[in-house]
Amino acid sequence: MKNVKHLIEPKDLSNSEILELVNLGIEMEKNPSNYSDLCKGKILGSLFFEASTRTKFSFDSAMLRLGGSLIGFTDVNTTSAKKGESLGDTIKIMGAYTDILVMRHPKEGAPKLASEYSSIPIINGGDGGHQHPTQTLTDLITITKFKNTISNHTIAFCGDLKFGRTVHSLIKTLARFNTKKFYLVSPKELRLPISIIDSIKLKYDVEIEEVTELENVIDKIDILYMTRIQKERFFNEEDYIKLKNSYILTNDKISSAKKDMIIMHPLPRVNEISPEVDQDKRAIYFEQARLGVYVRMALIAKLLGAI
Amino acid sequence: MLKVNGIKNGIVIDHIPAGKGSKIFNKLFSKYVESPVVLLMNVPSKTLGKKDIIKIEDEYNFDLDILGLIDKNITVNIIRDDKLEKKMKVTIPNKIKGFIECKNPRCISHSDIYAIPEFTLISSNGNLKYSCSYCEEITNYKF
Repeated sequence: MKNVKHLIEPKDLSNSEILELVNLGIEMEKNPSNYSDLCKGKILGSLFFEASTRTKFSFDSAMLRLGGSLIGFTDVNTTSAKKGESLGDTIKIMGAYTDILVMRHPKEGAPKLASEYSSIPIINGGDGGHQHPTQTLTDLITITKFKNTISNHTIAFCGDLKFGRTVHSLIKTLARFNTKKFYLVSPKELRLPISIIDSIKLKYDVEIEEVTELENVIDKIDILYMTRIQKERFFNEEDYIKLKNSYILTNDKISSAKKDMIIMHPLPRVNEISPEVDQDKRAIYFEQARLGVYVRMALIAKLLGAI
Repeated sequence: MLKVNGIKNGIVIDHIPAGKGSKIFNKLFSKYVESPVVLLMNVPSKTLGKKDIIKIEDEYNFDLDILGLIDKNITVNIIRDDKLEKKMKVTIPNKIKGFIECKNPRCISHSDIYAIPEFTLISSNGNLKYSCSYCEEITNYKF
């Protein structure tokens, strides 16, 4: 099993492997017909032990655009896992039926466990609040497409930085690529865990500044990465009411931002970006979700050894 | 002063912090359920003030790591034909599997029989801190 390459967390990929996937994804987006038979005859097993919209369908779309086929489930109640089958057994069986697996699971570490029993590549499509590496790849292809490079940007993360797994994976990965500066914009209850800040500062020469108001930094940044703030994360109603407007993006708030700044969001959005912002050319979150298909195509093709 | 005879062939676990001897034996009990065992508690000690000692008349048959988790001063003496054959000092294990449970309730290790996490030592200042191989959550180990 040791020779099989999996993607369980972003650090499974070296910087050069990440750049290779991002560049291949961009090339696939430009010339999709060149890759439409690349995975013909191969089957992607799609194991969604937990509901998903974007991740599930973007993987389906990616495999179909590569000429491959799909089997899988989105309702765990229809599987033997419901009867008490261990994950290892499910993975061994699915490994006999498919060529590559993508899995989402509510338990943290489940994809890592699955990889220990799998003879075919496993891609983590999200495990609880832990890791979501293909969202990170989606974010990186988007940054590369709109800003030409992953490196040397000033980036603000705004909203719930404490519980958001997409933020944790992305900030740790961006730190590997010479980011100029991170602004962490959040209420004090939802700050990025200090362990993540410390581990980044220990390894990389990157400036990190924590602020509570987006207005104070909006004109300084190249990339704004928005996340959803959930009311139930606040300790009291008063704090939520006081702070919620600070973390809702409006046209007025971005009026002083750079003309070439980009606004990203992992989606789903609820109310943290006002719909009026969608018309601004700097709002690229729907394009970000679309690009996720191409970087997943690149990942599938690479892990299958098809390219 | 209480007097306890030595053992002819077996193991002496010495320099156990006072009060922890019975807990250690409970951990090892399944391996020595039929062996003659002596547990000495609150024995005067020059270095520790008081200490516990366990003597087991049987073959050495356990992982030293379990003792390293409890206290790095513990020593294990192997006795053969009334003579000290080998003296071992324990160390805090850098990797450990099986003795610790992940504190993260959402970790796969709590819901799947195949999932036995390996823990990696992150810090040994004060409490021992171990990171879970599945979910990466840090668990403080306290015996």
